[in-house]
Amino acid sequence: MESNSRLIHTPLHALHLSLGGRMVPFAGYEMPVQYADGVLKEHLHTRAAAGLFDVSHMGQIIIRPKSGRIADAALALERLVPVDVLGLAEGRQRYGLFTNPDGGILDDLMIANRGDHLFLVVNAACKDADFAHLKEGLGDSCDVTLLDDRALIALQGPHAEAVLCELWADVASMRFMDVAEADLHDVTCIISRSGYTGEDGFEISIPTASAVDVTQRLLEHPDVLAIGLGARDSLRLEAGLCLYGNDIDTGTTPVEAALEWAIQKSRRAGGERAGGFPGADRILAEFAGGTSRRRVGLRPEGRAPVRGGATLFADADGTVPIGSVTSGGFGPSIDGPVAMGYVETAHAGNGTQIFAEVRGKYLPVTVSALPFVKQTYKR
Amino acid sequence: MLKFTEEHEWLKVEGGVATVGITEHAAGQLGDLVFVELPEAGATFSKGDSAATVESVKAASDVYCPLDGEIVEINQAIVDDPSLVNSDPQGAAWFFKLKLADPRSADNLLDEAAYKELVG
Repeated sequence: MESNSRLIHTPLHALHLSLGGRMVPFAGYEMPVQYADGVLKEHLHTRAAAGLFDVSHMGQIIIRPKSGRIADAALALERLVPVDVLGLAEGRQRYGLFTNPDGGILDDLMIANRGDHLFLVVNAACKDADFAHLKEGLGDSCDVTLLDDRALIALQGPHAEAVLCELWADVASMRFMDVAEADLHDVTCIISRSGYTGEDGFEISIPTASAVDVTQRLLEHPDVLAIGLGARDSLRLEAGLCLYGNDIDTGTTPVEAALEWAIQKSRRAGGERAGGFPGADRILAEFAGGTSRRRVGLRPEGRAPVRGGATLFADADGTVPIGSVTSGGFGPSIDGPVAMGYVETAHAGNGTQIFAEVRGKYLPVTVSALPFVKQTYKR
Repeated sequence: MLKFTEEHEWLKVEGGVATVGITEHAAGQLGDLVFVELPEAGATFSKGDSAATVESVKAASDVYCPLDGEIVEINQAIVDDPSLVNSDPQGAAWFFKLKLADPRSADNLLDEAAYKELVG
């Protein structure tokens, strides 16, 4: 158990307390798991209107090429990620992965081209390791800076655009994964049209000094509700999005994790900049030859949630183990249990019936397409 | 008179049978419940055994048998609608009725004042 006195506070900590947030330790931070309305209402509100999340615990990193040429920073970063960074246009963002020499995933992240530098958002628990990894890998050609003077919030849901439009009308012209700089209440923020709920929405990086002010003003909007980590987790699970440390880690490869879409053609075999990232031999071989296991969506029958760690079996007697659940819970928008996990490839086809062990019983589970809820990104 | 356990169950003992549920404090801590699994009537438990499971959106928790005894009735209403446990934990949302192996065993449990002190 982490001692509360050692937990780091985000710039919005006092605001969470004033909103009745129930605070819990998370990745070294004290964060709100829920507010007074509770996880169910917070989840459903995000899908119906707009939810506001404090994600300031995540790492914000700037990579600035010493040459002044953004292509040099992009090519340097491509040595650490199997992602087409060079082809990322100015004002655009892309999901990426840090890989290790065994093809495992060190972290997942967002990479934005901000014209004269790259702007990265990485996971809280990994940010110090990511920063060291970037310094070591890119330090000769780039200045790498972990920002400690900015908050990060996410505004997610079908009303997010209208809410933000009241502060900055041009936001309506942004497409999914666009990144722009804009003044919200005279505070210069970096806004990306992205998020991790499956909904249309925005992530907004704000200078610490103005974070409470901008956030409070957004929360004043009748459509906006503060959302805690609990609903953040159920929303991303319904959206079929991986949580680092649960669904992906150093022991899973991008192909096993069904994240091939995060590796563009230019980095695959035959591409103009194929390979050249850690673990490329294994990962590119898996593109060609497949893997022995795959990440899949799982729909348990009945009402009982199947949690992370549950063992999956091919048969109702629990004699042939074929995998395990990595994330599982109750999906408020689905009104039933949902889960993700890894199964042997022979059992990974949609519609395959398998069984999950829950408290000594073997509950039927159907392998299902992800996401569980339709994504509403404005492409 | 209601009795309480340190594990946040409440009991109402009448004629050697305890009606058992989870406290308002426990229901509040668990948050929105979405699944309840109850034991079968006829099952016997010792004090401290896991007798039921409640699940919120986030996590599963055990409900412990507060005393030795046999389950004589369960409350299907909370299986059909787990949110009842959040709205009326110490009333309509009882979990099961337990025929006590020793009807006097409830005497040693906490009374309401002692339980309130425990949870602050």
